Amino acid sequence: MSSNYYEAADLKKFGSIGEFQKPMADKFFDWYGEVFKDSALTAKEKSLIALAVSHAVQCPYCIDAYSSDAYEKGYSEAQMMEAVHVAAAIRGGASMVHGVQMMNKVKEIQM
Amino acid sequence: MKSENNNLVLNTDLADQPKIAVSERIKSLQARHHFLSDANHQLEILAHGNTGNEFSLIPFQQQLENIGLYPLKPTGVEIFQVNLGKMCNQVCKHCHVDAGPDRKEIMTRETMQQCLDVLKNSPIKTVDLTGGAPELNPNFRWFVDEIKKLDKHVIVRCNLTIILANARFNDLPAYYKQHGIEIVSSLPFYTADRTDRQRGNGVFEQSIHALKLLNEEGYGIDGSGLILNLVYNPAGAFLPPSQQALEAEFKAELFKNHGISFNQLFAITNMPISRYLDYLLESGNYEKYMEKLTAAFNPAAAYGVMCRNTISVSWDGYLHDCDFNQMLEMKVSCADSTHISTFQLDELNNREIVLNQHCYGCTAGSGSSCGGTVT
Repeated sequence: MSSNYYEAADLKKFGSIGEFQKPMADKFFDWYGEVFKDSALTAKEKSLIALAVSHAVQCPYCIDAYSSDAYEKGYSEAQMMEAVHVAAAIRGGASMVHGVQMMNKVKEIQM
Repeated sequence: MKSENNNLVLNTDLADQPKIAVSERIKSLQARHHFLSDANHQLEILAHGNTGNEFSLIPFQQQLENIGLYPLKPTGVEIFQVNLGKMCNQVCKHCHVDAGPDRKEIMTRETMQQCLDVLKNSPIKTVDLTGGAPELNPNFRWFVDEIKKLDKHVIVRCNLTIILANARFNDLPAYYKQHGIEIVSSLPFYTADRTDRQRGNGVFEQSIHALKLLNEEGYGIDGSGLILNLVYNPAGAFLPPSQQALEAEFKAELFKNHGISFNQLFAITNMPISRYLDYLLESGNYEKYMEKLTAAFNPAAAYGVMCRNTISVSWDGYLHDCDFNQMLEMKVSCADSTHISTFQLDELNNREIVLNQHCYGCTAGSGSSCGGTVT
């Protein structure tokens, strides 16, 4: 194993996960390919969603892949940054909305 | 803007033109005495990378051998592409011709006459005129008039801004209409930022203006019969997205924002040669880009490559398998028919097409040609 947990070169080895479990990897990549095709949403729209989700899950491989893909598909720098803001806002909001839970608990136990 | 190398043709044609479009990087590789202005250096990098170690790609020839397509043979010459010269009013960052205002290579009337002599007795139906800006050749209109007398279909690769570069080009849309010329024009994107990044500041705005003039003549308008096709190519180190999806987007955006119509969008992959190769090397993207092209090798695209039905004539009359081979100074592999003065269709139709690593640019993904994707 390398000294880093993340290696940029590992992204292009993604396809090799089938080495350890082929039938499931085949199913996964078939499904993955199907997900990103033009259908009810365009491939372009899906690319921007993938970019936002990549930031939400903070996956460096996904950010590498979908920054290129979204830019290639024609999104502007501002559009891509707004997608990241959406991811960040949901992450921030997800924490903040739990503030209600905190308030509920505090109100429950306070005099 | 003035040329610094006392190019007489340029000074006559282009001096004192305030609206001329240029990028910040104003000179050709040749004028900068850049090492890539030597085709041999380009081929060396394509073969071994720029660091000289480790980096190597599967030879393109081997890919064709694997699919039984080597030696690559023509399907028959259908398109006669003529490069009228390397002079251009733009200096695009990705230009595979290394064209610009400082280039003085221009096809002479004698060479044009030799082209006409060939076309006169030939079954070839389509003549594709390119450059540089082909309109900057002083004999351009004479040549087009003569080709049309032979009843050939003519395509002009017009960079759009030339129409506005000088008053004497303002009537080009009307001239093209008069001859029923098909126009193919580069517009890397439907927004200014990506277009200007590649083609020079102000190019987008002028291109939009020129497109409106072409639309006014009927070009790109349904039912007019006047064909206006646009070319997309990536403004950066990446491959084109789906041509079909992009065409729909271009049509919607250009019509909504500018009222512009056109016929087809051709999505073209950038070739790793000349100024685009320079960009790849300078930006540290060369190896990744080549790996991308190689990984995207598509046998179906290889079957449809344009060199199988095209002959490319250089400004000095030599024959090449395509415009890219022409820029790499790789002539057709014929014993006798290597120059327009000794053109023999039979020999050309039986030649072996000359290949190198840049050929991956035409076989990646959906494939790429002067007419867009090939699959």
